[in-house]
Amino acid sequence: MNKQCMVLLVDNNAGVLARVSSLFMQRGFNIDSLTVSSTEIPTISRITVTTKGDDRTFSQIIKQTSKLTEARLVFPIEPFVSIIRELLLVKFSTENIDSERLESIIDDYGAKIIDVSNGCFVAELTGDPTLIDDFLDAVKPFRMIEMCRTGATALESGKVSYDIE
Amino acid sequence: MVLNGSEILVNVLLEQGVDTVFGYPGGAVLNIYDALYKYKDKINHYMTAHEQGAAHAADGYARSTGKTGVVIATSGPGATNLVTGIATAYMDSVPMVAITGNVATPLIGCDSFQEVYIAGITMPITKHNFVVRNVEELADTIRLAFKIAASGRPGPVLVDIPKDITAAKTNYEPAVPDQIKRNEEYIGDIDEIAELINNAEKPFIYFGGGVKLSGASDELRELVNKADIPAAYTLMAAGVLGYGEENNLGLIGMHGCFSANSAANRADVMLAIGTRFSDRVALNANKFGHNSKIVHIDIDPGEINKIIVADYSIVGDVKTVLTALLKKIKPAKHEAWHKQIAKWKKDDYIPVDREDALTPHSVISTACKHAGKDAIFVTDVGQHQMWAAQFISHTKPRNFLTSGGLGTMGYGYGAAIGAKIANPDVPVIHFTSDGSLHMNLNELCTAVSYKVPVITVILNNAVLGMVRQWQGAFYGRRFSSSEPERVTDYVKVAEAFGGVGFRCKTPAEFEEAMAKAMTLEGPVWIECEIDREEKVLPMIPSGGTVHDTVFR
Repeated sequence: MNKQCMVLLVDNNAGVLARVSSLFMQRGFNIDSLTVSSTEIPTISRITVTTKGDDRTFSQIIKQTSKLTEARLVFPIEPFVSIIRELLLVKFSTENIDSERLESIIDDYGAKIIDVSNGCFVAELTGDPTLIDDFLDAVKPFRMIEMCRTGATALESGKVSYDIE
Repeated sequence: MVLNGSEILVNVLLEQGVDTVFGYPGGAVLNIYDALYKYKDKINHYMTAHEQGAAHAADGYARSTGKTGVVIATSGPGATNLVTGIATAYMDSVPMVAITGNVATPLIGCDSFQEVYIAGITMPITKHNFVVRNVEELADTIRLAFKIAASGRPGPVLVDIPKDITAAKTNYEPAVPDQIKRNEEYIGDIDEIAELINNAEKPFIYFGGGVKLSGASDELRELVNKADIPAAYTLMAAGVLGYGEENNLGLIGMHGCFSANSAANRADVMLAIGTRFSDRVALNANKFGHNSKIVHIDIDPGEINKIIVADYSIVGDVKTVLTALLKKIKPAKHEAWHKQIAKWKKDDYIPVDREDALTPHSVISTACKHAGKDAIFVTDVGQHQMWAAQFISHTKPRNFLTSGGLGTMGYGYGAAIGAKIANPDVPVIHFTSDGSLHMNLNELCTAVSYKVPVITVILNNAVLGMVRQWQGAFYGRRFSSSEPERVTDYVKVAEAFGGVGFRCKTPAEFEEAMAKAMTLEGPVWIECEIDREEKVLPMIPSGGTVHDTVFR
């Protein structure tokens, strides 16, 4: 089972996200993460989905989502020629921990402490999803209170290869 | 000119060449029905007994003509009653536009009376759907709905219109509908595939509804004849090649001919054309066509490698692809292959008729004889459907209407009414069973009201035949809920609705009833008593291969 990433450029209409997620549910495709954002074209939204599955399933996902009337362009994100980023927020308790050790891990990964209050602090890390996975592994021994991550968003490097209009 | 939303809707229907719609009125569509009243000399509206019947009628209208069927229903229960009809059309790629009313915009989302989120409900069973949020968008939305329904791989599109939008006024500009053109482009290597076919020793074609939808019967026939390729059809493609044509092997799949299934199993090259390897044909996806190089031709890229990984594929309109392919195909003869198939044909199932009692085969062939070669045959779902597929001498691509993908019991009556309204000069025979007919027999009132002379032939075995056959074969004859012992008097029911009914027990009685029915101007029911032990044969169980064929 490979982790795969794809982008859907869709018309920015009400209900378009429901159509995409309904299609995944209908056909039994799983969603690891999904993000939606605005784009350089006001009428177009960008949906980035990461999913686990074999290549044949991934190809089916691309083909089936491409059939949605509101999907203008659907394409896979190739990891080596793309920038994939995700934001992590994680909250630790400051009580009874080796804060020096934790802070050095945070430094090593290029994360930042962005909030300290009521015996807790919040760190932020932006990076490739695998970097975030590794960071979460590294901080496992510390008292994590809450965690959330945005899901991947991605751009291909170099010139834009599509023309929507 | 300034019109209200309902008048705009009707005008756009007229733009699209629609002169017939099916539906059922209600609170949220009162404005639309007021406009239909105003335009009643231009658009015929047929009111059914139930919205499901209206959806199936629009489907039967579409399947028998190739035009887009139109159905109208009110909000809430009116809309949800369409669901089975829309799903039926979706699974069989039938072009349909469903118009639903909804509560007025300010009431949406408030759990208002007869409010339902039909766009959400129908998301997975439509090609696309729309909620019209302002009247200025209405005309273009309806136009787009027709375009989506009929282009590419056809399918149903739903347009939900809140009541205030149907009353709001705006300027209406007439427009000429976009011509839906056949896509002349395709993706795939024709030369490579032509070479494969030209070098094949045991080629085989398995074709489906896509050939019918593409209007490519002639191209398929030319390919089959020129390259001498035996071909078998799926349920959706009955009649695409005519009965008795050389190289037409008959039905493939679970209840297909042994010879067709054997050829599929032993072929060295298999062309799957306009079809999707459904589990009723590729019963075991790992073994189906495993001795063949598989070439898959379909308009829908999503069908390629969905069930079976094809060795070669072409994505494109079947007619376009076959036209290009034919230029590269060399004439051939495959005598050894034909000899082998002829041997398998000796094991093809032949039903045994009786003089004293009605059999499924005798009923269907007698009905066909009286109906003539132009007749349209419509079925419900179950044993009678498979018998109809097997025993009708199919000769025309759009003359066999059946719910193949969804398998909707209760499809037949509405669809037959729609088909007859679309084809008033052609006999329409509705084959059904006691099980299926009970689901939507209420549509008899529609056939009576509009004097639609559909002949309904009821194969009455007093049980749910297909369920019972499976229980007999796989569940130790434990006939759970399949022997309902109904005491319905079909003749009386037919008469009570204002139709005509006959009851037959022998071939002679059925001959007489059928001959009489053909002369009547309104709907007729003919009940035919058949033995409950009659089975659909041959049969390959789910997950099996041709080696698992059951012959009795």
